[in-house]
Formats: sequence, structure tokens, C-alpha cells
Amino acid sequence: MLKTPGAKAGRGVAWVLLVVAVVVTAFPFYWMVRTSLTPSADLFSDAGSLWPHHPTLINFARVLGLTSAQRDRAAGGSGAHINFLWYTLNSIIYSGVIAIAQTFFCAMAGYAFARLRFPGRDALFGVFVAALMVPPIFTLLPNFALVKDLSLLNTFAGLVAPSVLMTPFAVFFLRQFFLSIPRDVEEAAILDGANRWSQFWRIVIPMSRGPLITIGLTTTVWAWKDFLWPLLVGRAENTRVLTVALGIFLQQSPNTQPDWTGLMAGSTLSVLPVLILLIFLGKRLVQSLNFTGIK
Amino acid sequence: MTAVIGRTPGSAAKTGRGDPPAKARAGMRDDRRWAPLFIAPALIGFAIFYVYPTVRGVWFSLTDYSLLGAPDYTGASNYRQLAHDPQFWNSLKVTAYYVVVNIVSQTVIALGLAALMHRLTRSVVLRATLLVPWLVPNVTVGLLWAWLLDANLGFVNHLLHSLGLGGLSFYSPTWAMPSVALVNTWAYTGYTALLFYAGMLQIPQHLYESAAVDGAGEVRMFRRITLPLLRPILALVLVVSLIGSFQIFDTVAVIYPHSPIPATRVIYYYIYQQAFSYFHMGYASAIAMVLVVVLGLLTFVQLRLLRASRSDLA
Repeated sequence: MLKTPGAKAGRGVAWVLLVVAVVVTAFPFYWMVRTSLTPSADLFSDAGSLWPHHPTLINFARVLGLTSAQRDRAAGGSGAHINFLWYTLNSIIYSGVIAIAQTFFCAMAGYAFARLRFPGRDALFGVFVAALMVPPIFTLLPNFALVKDLSLLNTFAGLVAPSVLMTPFAVFFLRQFFLSIPRDVEEAAILDGANRWSQFWRIVIPMSRGPLITIGLTTTVWAWKDFLWPLLVGRAENTRVLTVALGIFLQQSPNTQPDWTGLMAGSTLSVLPVLILLIFLGKRLVQSLNFTGIK
Repeated sequence: MTAVIGRTPGSAAKTGRGDPPAKARAGMRDDRRWAPLFIAPALIGFAIFYVYPTVRGVWFSLTDYSLLGAPDYTGASNYRQLAHDPQFWNSLKVTAYYVVVNIVSQTVIALGLAALMHRLTRSVVLRATLLVPWLVPNVTVGLLWAWLLDANLGFVNHLLHSLGLGGLSFYSPTWAMPSVALVNTWAYTGYTALLFYAGMLQIPQHLYESAAVDGAGEVRMFRRITLPLLRPILALVLVVSLIGSFQIFDTVAVIYPHSPIPATRVIYYYIYQQAFSYFHMGYASAIAMVLVVVLGLLTFVQLRLLRASRSDLA
């Protein structure tokens, strides 16, 4: 790079732009946390200050169901019972179960499409890929009718059913990866008398840790963000996930003004696990974007 | 809707060819026993939750199904009704407006950001930070911005007012849709930028070095090297984000907790409303059918354009 004064100034401007991007990205989250630590009564007097003047944890106590209804109302809430700890747990189970089971079953199918020879294989794979073209809302309506007819509304089974066994994309993605693995190792195993299952389980799976984690992570994120399906199928308290809880909480807000401090405390809880995931798996997640683009 | 971008390992062309025939035949017999085991879970899931609902969705769209009674065949009447439904046409128009504002702003800003990162830094922390809004539920994103743009107490409106500008509002018919679109641009730009950035990393560094020796500036390098070589990824990301953008629902549902104003009643929301507020499942399915066709056409056109624009690197 040439070190002319013009180029130097240009680099300076470029860095400023990057910093602006980071601030614009991060500030709304800062404001979310700041609001969640502010007493409702201070919202008006304190609307523009960057720091809460009377920091408090009452909003977290409220959304975690640790206060009485009277104290909740006094702090700007509706007094309705909420328990974000439970909803967070539901969200973690929902995303965890779907991510693990789906990745496993899709790896099996992907392996069959990549390695096994059986009649109709390529036609079947073609149908799987064609399903990538159908927008989710189209299958969502009949799937809702199906889950309702099976009396699985507001059950965990109904909630995970459509995504726990497969998504066409995961099958497609893993098959493509398995095709790229050299066959030599497996062929050596065949000579040793290993059957298809042990080739898959002992050789292919350990060799594919990277792509499996990629698919598992993106599925986790997808399920964590999922809203419409759990809203329709799992509104009830026992199956309510975080996103649905936030939506219902907003609707329950007292008539005049939404319970912003409580909502921001709940929002903070929906961001926290994601940040933890990012701290531990950030590098992996960032690098996985070299492989996939999703949504 | 999904796609593979960048270093896609393997390709369909390599599928199981070139095995020695004798061993292949023995293996084939063996595979026929194993294949059902490997395929069964995915195939069952696919049959019940993809194929069956697709067929059923088409059937529903030809009936008066209400979720309560059994559906009665009504022919094309849902589609006839749809053609004369101003709310349906409005929802299409509004969604298209949203998609244009969202995709244009998101793609332009993401390209700029990716180019800046590409030429300045390899920082993982920076990339992880830009990714956060994408990792957060759209519900949270909608709530955050509903609060930041709250008419009385919202911080961003506070800021705009103190700069002497009028505030933004999700309830002004003129500004509502652009505001919603920009909220989602905020949420997805970092992610899109990282996809572009990953594509840019594949451009050989020496091209930039020799261009610099020839005295080319950064802007010129971006236009002459980065953009042309990024074209296939650019096109693919555009296809995927365009289709995703059409499916906006969560943000609107949260920003308008009771019901969106007409200027922001997007097609997904209209389908949702018809199906689950009015129990017009048949009619909702017909609208969803139209959406399938629209998205199919868009994908087709875009993929044609994509094929016409292979990278000069390939």
C-alpha cells in the first residue's frame, strides 16, 4: 500500500467508518441494558442520559417472577405472572433438541445420499433439494392443522415435530461435504470388515466435526430466533419460549405505556445466551460463514 | 431459504462414479440393506412435514377450510376473491416496497463494510460484534427499536429532536415502512457483510499488490478488482436475502402488537391474519400459493442472471 498523505487520510476515514458501524451495531444493546437497570419512574426524567441515575435490579426480579403482583404494578408492570427463567429454559431445550437431533438425522441421510448405492437415490435427493424452494409459510398452515388434529398443540412434541427430523438444507449441505471426503480411509475400513454403520459412526462423523458444528450452530441460532411456529403451537405457559413470551408480555402491558423497563430486562435475557455462545464459539461461528449463507 | 456460499466442498458431478464394478455390485447389495436405516428418519420427517403439507396446502387453497369443520371444495373461488381483494394487493405492494428499501440499503452498506474490513483488518472480534444483531431474535430486534423510536421516551427520537430533526415513527403512514425496513437492515447488514467479506478473502491478494504498484487507488481497486470478482457471491447472497426479505413477519408482529397499520401489513402478516384471526385457512392458503409462485419466479430470474455472471476467477 502506498503511504501518500492522501492514502493515509483515506485509511483514517475508513477506520472512522468502521468504528461508526460498531457503535451503531452495539448502541441499541447498550441502551437495552441501560433501560433494564432503570426504575420505570425514572424513564421520563432520565430519557436522554447515558447512565441510569438510580440503577436497580427490580426489573429483572419482576420478569423472573421473583416479586409480588403489587410490587410489579408499582414498578410499571401489569402484575400478570411471568417467569422468564422458565421461558429461557424452554428456549434452550427447544433449540438444543432440534439442533442435536436434526444434525444427527441429517448427517445419516446426507451420508446415504453421498455414499450408499440404492435405487432411486438421485431422484429422491432431487425432491429434497426442490423442497428448498417452498417458502415456510406454505407448509406452516397445513402443519399447524396437522398438529392441531393430532391434539399436539401446546405440547413439546408438537413444537419440535416439523424440524426435529430434518431440514432439506441440512441434508443437502452435509451430503455435499461428505462427497468431498476422500474414500480411501473408508475403503481401508471395508477391507477390515467394518459395516456401513461403523464406517459412518467411527470414520465419517469424526472427520466431519467442522461442518457438523456449523450446521448444529446455525440450527441452534435459527431455533433460538424462531417465533411464528412456537407462537401458534406453543403459546401455553408450559411450552412458551422466550420470543413468544416477549410478544405476549408486550401485549399484556398496562394500557397507557408499554412496560419498557420490564421488556428490556426480558430482551436482555434473550440476548445473554447468544452472547455466551459468541464468546465461546465466536471464532467457529464467524468462520462458518465462509461455508454457508442462511436466511 | 438457504444456499451454500463460498468454498462448497465437493460437487454433484463426483457422485459415486468410478468404483470398480465387481466390488460395486457386492457393495450395492449391502447398501440396499443399510440405506433404509440411514434414510428413514429424514424421509419420515420429509414426507410428513414437507410433502404432505405441500399437497394439503394446494388442496386447502381450493376449499373453504376454516380449521374447525371439514374443508369443502370451492374450486377457484378463493383465487377469484383474491383478485378483487384490495387488502391482498396492498399487502403485496407494501411487501415489495419493504423488500426494495431493505435489500438496497442492506446490500450497499454491507458491501462497503466488507470492503473496509477486507482492506483494513482481519479482526475476529470486530466480525463477531457485527454478527450480534443477526444472532438475536427478530422479536428482540423489533422490541429494541420500538423502544428506541418510542414517540415520547425513545432515545433515537430524543436524539433526532435535539438535532432539530423530526422524529421517526412506526405510526406515520409515510415513514412506517421505511422505518421497519431500516430496522431489519440494521439486524442483517453485519451478517451480509461477513458473507461478502468471506467472498473477498478468496480474491488473490497479488491482484491488489500489482494494482497498487500501477498506482491504482482504493476506489479504483474496488471497482476494477473486488466488485467483478465478487459477482457470483454477490448474486447468490442477493437471491437468498431477497427471498428471506419477502418473509418478514416477526418484526412487524412485535412493532405492532395489536395489528399493523395498513402501510405495514405485509403479506406474511396478512396470511397469518386470514388463517388465525379470521380462520380463513383456505383463503390464507391461496395467498400463500401466490407467494410461492412470486418467489419461484424471482428465484428463477435471479438464477438466470447469476448464471450469466460467473466470476472472472472461475
